[in-house]
Amino acid sequence: MPANFAPSADDMLRFGPETILTIAGTLLMVLDPLFAKKLPRMFGHLSIAALVAAIFAAVAASSVPGLAFSNLLIVDGFGTYFRILVLCIGILAVLSSYMYLEREQAETGEYHALILFSIMGQCVMVTANDLIMIFIGLEISSIATYILAGYLRNDKRNNEAALKYFLLGSFATGFFLYGIAIIYGLTGTTQLGAIRSSLNTPETSLMVAGVAAALMFVGLCFKVSGAPFQVWAPDVYQGAPAPVSAFMATGPKAAAFAIFLRIFLTAFDRIAVSWAPVVWACALASMTIGNFAALTQNNLKRMLAYSSIAHAGYILVALASNSEIGTAAAMFYLGAYALMNLGAFAVIVYISGKGETNLRLEDLAGLGRKQPFTAAMMTVFLLSLIGVPLTGGFFGKFYIFRAALDAHLTWLAVLGLLNSAVAAYYYLRLLVVMYMHEPGEVTNALEAPGPALQAALILPAVGTFFLGILPGTVLSFAQAASSFVK
Amino acid sequence: MNLLEILIAVPAAGFLVTLLMPRAQEQFVKLFTLGVSLLVFALSLGLVTGYESGKTGQQFVHNVVWISNPDIHWHVGIDGLSLWLIILSTFLTPIAILISWSYIKKQVKEFFAFLLLLEFGLIGVFAAWDLFLFYTFWEVVLVPMYFLIGIWGHDRRIYAAVKFFLYTMVGSVLMLAAIIYVYTLAGTFDYATILELFRSGRIALNHTQETLLFLAFFLAFAIKVPLFPLHTWLPDAHVEAPTAGSLMLASVMLKMGTYGLVRFCLPMFPIAARENAGWINVLAIIGIIYGALVAMVQPNMKKLVAYSSVSHLGFVVLGIFSFTQMGLDGAVYQMLNHGISTGALFVLVGFLYERRHSLAIKDFGGVATAAPWLAITFLITTLASIGLPMLNNFVGEFLILQGAAQAKFAWTAFAAVGVILSACYMLWMYQRVFFGPLSDDVKHHMPELNMREWACIVPLIVMMVWMGMRTQTFLPAVSETTAQILERTSPAAMVVPAAGSPAVAVALPSVEIAKGGDQNAR
Repeated sequence: MPANFAPSADDMLRFGPETILTIAGTLLMVLDPLFAKKLPRMFGHLSIAALVAAIFAAVAASSVPGLAFSNLLIVDGFGTYFRILVLCIGILAVLSSYMYLEREQAETGEYHALILFSIMGQCVMVTANDLIMIFIGLEISSIATYILAGYLRNDKRNNEAALKYFLLGSFATGFFLYGIAIIYGLTGTTQLGAIRSSLNTPETSLMVAGVAAALMFVGLCFKVSGAPFQVWAPDVYQGAPAPVSAFMATGPKAAAFAIFLRIFLTAFDRIAVSWAPVVWACALASMTIGNFAALTQNNLKRMLAYSSIAHAGYILVALASNSEIGTAAAMFYLGAYALMNLGAFAVIVYISGKGETNLRLEDLAGLGRKQPFTAAMMTVFLLSLIGVPLTGGFFGKFYIFRAALDAHLTWLAVLGLLNSAVAAYYYLRLLVVMYMHEPGEVTNALEAPGPALQAALILPAVGTFFLGILPGTVLSFAQAASSFVK
Repeated sequence: MNLLEILIAVPAAGFLVTLLMPRAQEQFVKLFTLGVSLLVFALSLGLVTGYESGKTGQQFVHNVVWISNPDIHWHVGIDGLSLWLIILSTFLTPIAILISWSYIKKQVKEFFAFLLLLEFGLIGVFAAWDLFLFYTFWEVVLVPMYFLIGIWGHDRRIYAAVKFFLYTMVGSVLMLAAIIYVYTLAGTFDYATILELFRSGRIALNHTQETLLFLAFFLAFAIKVPLFPLHTWLPDAHVEAPTAGSLMLASVMLKMGTYGLVRFCLPMFPIAARENAGWINVLAIIGIIYGALVAMVQPNMKKLVAYSSVSHLGFVVLGIFSFTQMGLDGAVYQMLNHGISTGALFVLVGFLYERRHSLAIKDFGGVATAAPWLAITFLITTLASIGLPMLNNFVGEFLILQGAAQAKFAWTAFAAVGVILSACYMLWMYQRVFFGPLSDDVKHHMPELNMREWACIVPLIVMMVWMGMRTQTFLPAVSETTAQILERTSPAAMVVPAAGSPAVAVALPSVEIAKGGDQNAR
């Protein structure tokens, strides 16, 4: 153990985004009693400012790559990519929260503070180099999200969602922690690199390591809502406030995938032969269950929940390919997925109305006629979710299935692609309702979206097209970042 | 930016500009999109004049890196095969805009914008020389057509639009898997490079690989053609689509399938293509006869024309998989013919619909008395469609039948039945719609062709006659390209040299007969 615990200046710089988020979150809590009545919108502005500052801090941190705080953290391209990703997700989630909170008259500093804390936890997760740090980050992120899911405390569905998420989530975290304990017992360390070298020595029992990997797999698979641990997702996404569902489906999921990739490709690389087939099966199951269940959904949030399960399946395909190309593909896909999903949820926030009463598919009827701009944006997101070329979703799928074919997972790739054809059906249903049905009560009553929500629609749409037409820049960054420090 | 790229860019720019226009300015939107499409057509004629015959490979090439990793190129170019299909697209788009002038009453701006987006995708599909780029355009075409059917179609439009989208999507994802697989073997998406790698044997596919890849590509194209029994989306899509949608769908989009077969399936997987030609041709012949028989009993004019397309496209597939110069020439020529004559049929049926607001044959009768010019243009189109000599379809069908006979006489014998049947269903429909007693209902709803309608139909009829009488305008460029494709698929060119000499013996006379067939056709 190093004798000197005092962090160096570089270490502080590497920890910049987390520091900013923590200070801003605490500040929000303090300001809450002072401004809640007078300037309710200020909390949102403040958290966006904090998130933007954190993005700059993340960029600044990437100028001093390396290990920090006695090897607990690692700032590398991979971590930086995911830090920026979750921070951007945070900004988009906050942007779509303005309208929601105003409508529910629930603007508080607490809400924004929780979002910032959750993102802070995710930033810790994606830059952690040690299982304990990963666990701490995971807990910070999860606990904040549990509370957010039940944010409207007088709403029955909010409470149900929060309780379900909390109970099942803690159970899954327990599995993860148990895995960490076994690994520590086996190797005497919790640092990923050290675990890796320990597993490479002949005297370490790979069987025990496999058990630990399986337990951690259960925990992580739950967090990314991959089958067979996906059952919570539809209920929780449906019950939670719409902007929170958007956030849960993207932020914590991206961070969970980041640690999934980092742990399994770094620490457990040695036993890939045993976990790769399991991931293969989970990927196929997630895609199939998600897509086929989404076919029959009539509730928009539930449909997107099942679609997010299916998308988790696509990303698991990338993980199953167990290669640097696969990692880069997963990174790219998570970026593209976050944009299109947040955009689609922003539209749901827009149409759902006070108390989220308008969540049926038919409530979108005639949106194309009444609100052509919003409908056009939704079309972009849906086409991207289907995977039509020139959108980010297409290149995401393309890279993932290329990685799969590269790794000779031909059948998984073919079945995955067929799955995406099935998925086209339920996304098309939304397009059909928006453009081909006569406007109904809900769409007739809609007013044009405010500036914050417009930004929450335009920014992801621009991003989706950018990733779809010029994917090279992001992908080359992801590829450069995908080689882990081994 | 060369002429070809300008051709791709102008409709895309037109699409974006149209979207930004104010919703209320409907007349201006129409004029603007018409202007853009006419400009594109005028520019596309530059491809014809600039095309140098006798040169092998593509022309108007531009090849730059689009995405560096994986290596995807913006590689466009044309050869004799794509040249005329691009002209067909640019020729029909202004007509599609004109026939929609008064037909489209809601969401006018979006409708005309989508027609330009469609044109962009179609030109791109036929110009792409990079597999990835091809796939991109292939999918882009899907989106505007989905909306054209789904928003502006008839009663069952939503069902038809979704069915259309999903059918195509299933085929395309398998093709995408095959494209990525080819990429993992070849390390590039560039089509010319891939062909060269395959031909030289530097990448040797084993038998299973080649068959599976062939089938993956083939399925995507066969759905689009559509080949029996994958045709069931077509009658729905055609019947429900607005006239412009049916026109573009039948005339150009179906050709994306046959184009894909000629462009990709044959040259990339020659052995598998030849091995599988037998059952494919049987399906094609079943399609010819089945399509014709079903067309005969249709009470709905549009559905009748739609099933006639299944029948006509069966001929094209038969020509392609006859592996003879004449058959292939005929197939490509028939793609263009079908585009013109079936397109014209949809236009004319659209005219009837706008007058009577019905597509049922029984709602008509005696139209020839009320609107003789409409009847005459319809008659010429009908005769072209059933393959009357001097009109365009005759040339294509003749070449295909002759080519198929060189390969296997039985194919011709069965396929020829389709020609006879086509005369039955078309003339019977003509008789019921245009002759017989004129009811008052029809009489009051049947004005003569107006100027706009004349402007739509005359160019089509001119083309029918031109393509029927002056094949040398079109066929030389086609023949050069098909000869190259055929040479690539001939057993002699394959790595296995055993069957070399007999193949040459077969190939040579077929070229001569092809020329003879030309003479006959003129």
